Amino acid sequence: MLQNSSGLYVPEPLFRPGDHPSFSDLPIPLAGTVERPPVDIHPDHIRDLAYALIRVMNDDHQAIGPWNPLLDSDFLIRGLRAMMLTRAYDARMLRVQRQGKSSFYMKCTGEEAVAVAAALALEKADMCFPTYRQQGLLIAREWPLEDMMNQVYSNSRDRLKGRQMPVFYSSREAGFFSISGNLGTQYSQAVGWAMAAAADQDRRIAAAWIGDGATAEGDFHYALTFASVYQAPVILNIVNNQWAISSFAGIAGGERTTFAARGLGFGIPSLRVDGNDFLAVFAATAWAAERARAGMGPTVIEHFTYRAEGHSTSDDPGKYRPMEEPNAWPLGDPIERLKAHLISRGAWSIAAHDALQKQLETEVRAAGKASESHGTLKEGERLPPSSMFDDVYKIMPPHLEAQRKQAGY
Amino acid sequence: MAHKNMIEAINSAMDVALHHDPAVIIFGQDVGYFGGVFRATDGLQRTHGAARVFDAPISEGGIVAVAVGMGAYGKRPVVEIQFADYIYPAADQLISEAARMRYRTAGEWWSPITVRSPYGGGIYGGQTHSQSPEGVFTHVAGLKTVIPSNPYDAKGLLIAAIEDDDPVLFFEPKRLYNGPFDGHHDRPVQSWAGHADSEVPDGHYTVPLGKAKIVRAGRAVTVLAYGTMVHVALAAAADTGIDAEIIDLRTLVPLDLESITQSVLKTGRCVIVHEATRTCGFGAELVALVQEHCFYDLEAPLERVTGWDTPYPHAFEWEYFPGPARVGEALKRVVEV
Repeated sequence: MLQNSSGLYVPEPLFRPGDHPSFSDLPIPLAGTVERPPVDIHPDHIRDLAYALIRVMNDDHQAIGPWNPLLDSDFLIRGLRAMMLTRAYDARMLRVQRQGKSSFYMKCTGEEAVAVAAALALEKADMCFPTYRQQGLLIAREWPLEDMMNQVYSNSRDRLKGRQMPVFYSSREAGFFSISGNLGTQYSQAVGWAMAAAADQDRRIAAAWIGDGATAEGDFHYALTFASVYQAPVILNIVNNQWAISSFAGIAGGERTTFAARGLGFGIPSLRVDGNDFLAVFAATAWAAERARAGMGPTVIEHFTYRAEGHSTSDDPGKYRPMEEPNAWPLGDPIERLKAHLISRGAWSIAAHDALQKQLETEVRAAGKASESHGTLKEGERLPPSSMFDDVYKIMPPHLEAQRKQAGY
Repeated sequence: MAHKNMIEAINSAMDVALHHDPAVIIFGQDVGYFGGVFRATDGLQRTHGAARVFDAPISEGGIVAVAVGMGAYGKRPVVEIQFADYIYPAADQLISEAARMRYRTAGEWWSPITVRSPYGGGIYGGQTHSQSPEGVFTHVAGLKTVIPSNPYDAKGLLIAAIEDDDPVLFFEPKRLYNGPFDGHHDRPVQSWAGHADSEVPDGHYTVPLGKAKIVRAGRAVTVLAYGTMVHVALAAAADTGIDAEIIDLRTLVPLDLESITQSVLKTGRCVIVHEATRTCGFGAELVALVQEHCFYDLEAPLERVTGWDTPYPHAFEWEYFPGPARVGEALKRVVEV
């Protein structure tokens, strides 16, 4: 709908606190209706995919259509487990933050498939450049929860030595690049990593994530430009969860076009995917990975999803959107949808699901106890404060040695 | 050993680095086929191939971001920002990312990148081809800042910077590219030919980062300078006949505090000279350090001769540029106390 505006037009979300959200006007294409082109297709021939929505699971929980990745049940249960573990981990980390054992936390509720399905579609040696909301990558790559918690607690076993706020994980071994508080910066760095891999004729590829809000950063533009110019083997994921803290996606420029469509202007094949459909995210990532690995260059993937909870433990979404909006979201919940799909295949049951849920909660609790035995932010063991002067440079320069001495260490 | 001007020395440093280490990769605006707007990368793409020396889009933030990513992969990127005046779009990547990578990952990742950038005035470059932004970056923990003043040091320092595993900003005084410049703009320009520091070895050598150099020994006053101002200070000493000890700092971070204090404890006087604007410039840090370490041996207040606290003007080049007359007056004031 085109509308004239007299004066400055400022986009507003559909619903504010007190409204009754209904997304019945939101066009949700049927599953299985989007074509799956060959990976070597010219980007000009699939421009419509940037405006479509790749969906595999239909309303009856069947996997249908050309994007169906035809994964076996054991593999899908692995994915389901990683998503459930991610959610259970988030739940505990929120609780310990409320108990004052850590300073901060960020959940990824509703977005578990975006990270977990992608991780399982990539090879383990591929390098991920995540934001702070892709903890599912680490969990899907079976990185120890206890190690993640040590970081959240900044305790004596924190591999980052208490220098980073909670959730800013880093693990070279897990192919999980260091998270920065500065939004978008890792997006363009991922392209550099991929360019370096290409220069070495390495078969590893890079994958990057950015939120809908941060696409407005300059680094988003840098990343797409360099990825396109040098045909870097990189997957450029945009996680459109509708919200950037309190700003709806319209404030990031999402009101008149899709985020996937941004890739078209750079000549990059661009897909738009149901981010709550594990199978669709897997299939799109696998398609993009195949392109990158074959030397066909970058792919943009917009994952259409919804941030089901607050931005962080410092945020109260009830101040800017209706509390029931997450329940009204038409694409549902990624865990519930994969669960239903597996049940419909006869490969899973409510009893098995509940048992797994209990088992994962026990696992998280055990990891939590083990981690807390190494200290939390305010209690127990911690690293010597003298370590805060280390690693600024490879070799400590004289002025830092002097300051360390002055501080009494 | 061959005579080289500063551009040739810098070009030679990159050529040596490319031969020495397959991880070295060079890119920037106009850096590849054309060889750079100042010719610093002339011939490198031809010798080493386009996969190692290439042109980049006009995107300073993107150039440095990509370098950081390549550094994380295991490359040793040497990138060019065409003028230091245009480094600001890359500030986020330099300050928030490159500088902190080693610290925030406790050594798991680091940024072994070198950012070369022509800097400084004295060329009628106006507001956006003359700036000296070193103070913006010396304030950032995790970055190293290097500024050479002659061809020999330029090559040795640049190789050392490229081989360094920390991110290094390498500011090249473009006024010195073709010859030493002492601020006497009314005299004919000189070339590096015949200058002792233009004898540059062809092969690999380094000048260590973090070490200053006494370019003129003296007893009356210590002058702390870097880049073009080293030559201005030498001219001021010659013009006034004051027996100044002139120290070329060469590296601002990490700073060679020992050479500075040794000299000031001997002379009891200190003048600091830089082209950058005064307020919160690197000179302020030098004043503070000398005061802290040499207070009881100081015979006079410390003086700073710097650019004025204005944007760099075009028509008033020589009224802005801290030339030998202004430096000479400061020397006189300090020794006459």
